[in-house]
Amino acid sequence: MTTQLKILSAFIGVSLFIYIIELVRRKKLREEYAWVWLLTGLMIVVLAVWYDLLLYVGGLMGGILPSALLFFFGLLFLLFITLHQSIKISNLTDDVKKLAQELALHQAGQTNGKSKS
Amino acid sequence: MPASPATDFIIIIPAFNEAGRIRETISGIRRFSDALIVVVSDGSHDRTAEEASQAGATVVALPFNLGYGAALQTGYQYALRKGYVYAIQMDADGQHDPSYITVLMNTVRGGDVDVVIGSRFLGEGDYQPTAIKKIGMVFFSILASLLTGQKVTDPTSGFQALNLRAMQFYASDDYPVDFPDADVLIMLRRRGMMFREIPVKMHPSPKKKSMHSGTVPPYYLFKMILSIFVILLRKKYPQEEA
Repeated sequence: MTTQLKILSAFIGVSLFIYIIELVRRKKLREEYAWVWLLTGLMIVVLAVWYDLLLYVGGLMGGILPSALLFFFGLLFLLFITLHQSIKISNLTDDVKKLAQELALHQAGQTNGKSKS
Repeated sequence: MPASPATDFIIIIPAFNEAGRIRETISGIRRFSDALIVVVSDGSHDRTAEEASQAGATVVALPFNLGYGAALQTGYQYALRKGYVYAIQMDADGQHDPSYITVLMNTVRGGDVDVVIGSRFLGEGDYQPTAIKKIGMVFFSILASLLTGQKVTDPTSGFQALNLRAMQFYASDDYPVDFPDADVLIMLRRRGMMFREIPVKMHPSPKKKSMHSGTVPPYYLFKMILSIFVILLRKKYPQEEA
């Protein structure tokens, strides 16, 4: 890995880290989700600075190229994030359904009560 | 206006953009029953709710479209809150012949079963589905028959009568709101509930847009198979106190 690439990667990692903190501060991102992204930023920095770690893990997995290893973990991470979000969306859809039903029932109760009296 | 307040059953009609048809459906039902009719307008963009209301039905209007199953479920929630102990569910497009309400109701009142389903394929009427639809129906009929241990001829029928126990299940979180049909029958059996099909006549739907057409079938097929599969993975529910 070239020095330029190391600096660029570290820069991206640190920027991401700071941006996530800022998003949480401005309440644009819930703490609940922030940790995954903070971890990502941290990982980018660690891998940029500590290239030997990548080589070591690659060796453990049977001598995979560090770049391939990066892609592999990157994909794995994205997979995890999207699955997590799908679960969240499922929960939210359910909540929205319940709210809509509750609202409709409530309104129906009110109007029908009025028309009778 | 519902003439007889003593009736203990309610007629639930989920409706999405059925203006122009809903009025006739309601007056058709009125010829055979004076039970309370509740129309659940599923985020309709037209005058479904107004027309239903003018025709004498009670309207529960969902603020946006939730889909057939969720609309139906809302109707059951309404029925339970109002203290009804029996319910009939029908389609809004007039496909279901209201002259069968009495026989459906009498069958569920008989007490042997929790759900009575009006089947198109038990001799009455001459309903002819399209080829693809037919394949799907046959497939799910066989699957549902195998998994429920009783013959199922029309698992997609939305013409049903329920007792209180079944109503509570339909209103609960466990009810699969996406496209409830074959999976519901299996869930009923696994909860120790009984259902029975009786022959009914159905009219061809006046509109081409059915729940099971267009781009929906592949997804429907997938969803139903997945849904049935996970039902089998779940623990059988202990029989609640009857």
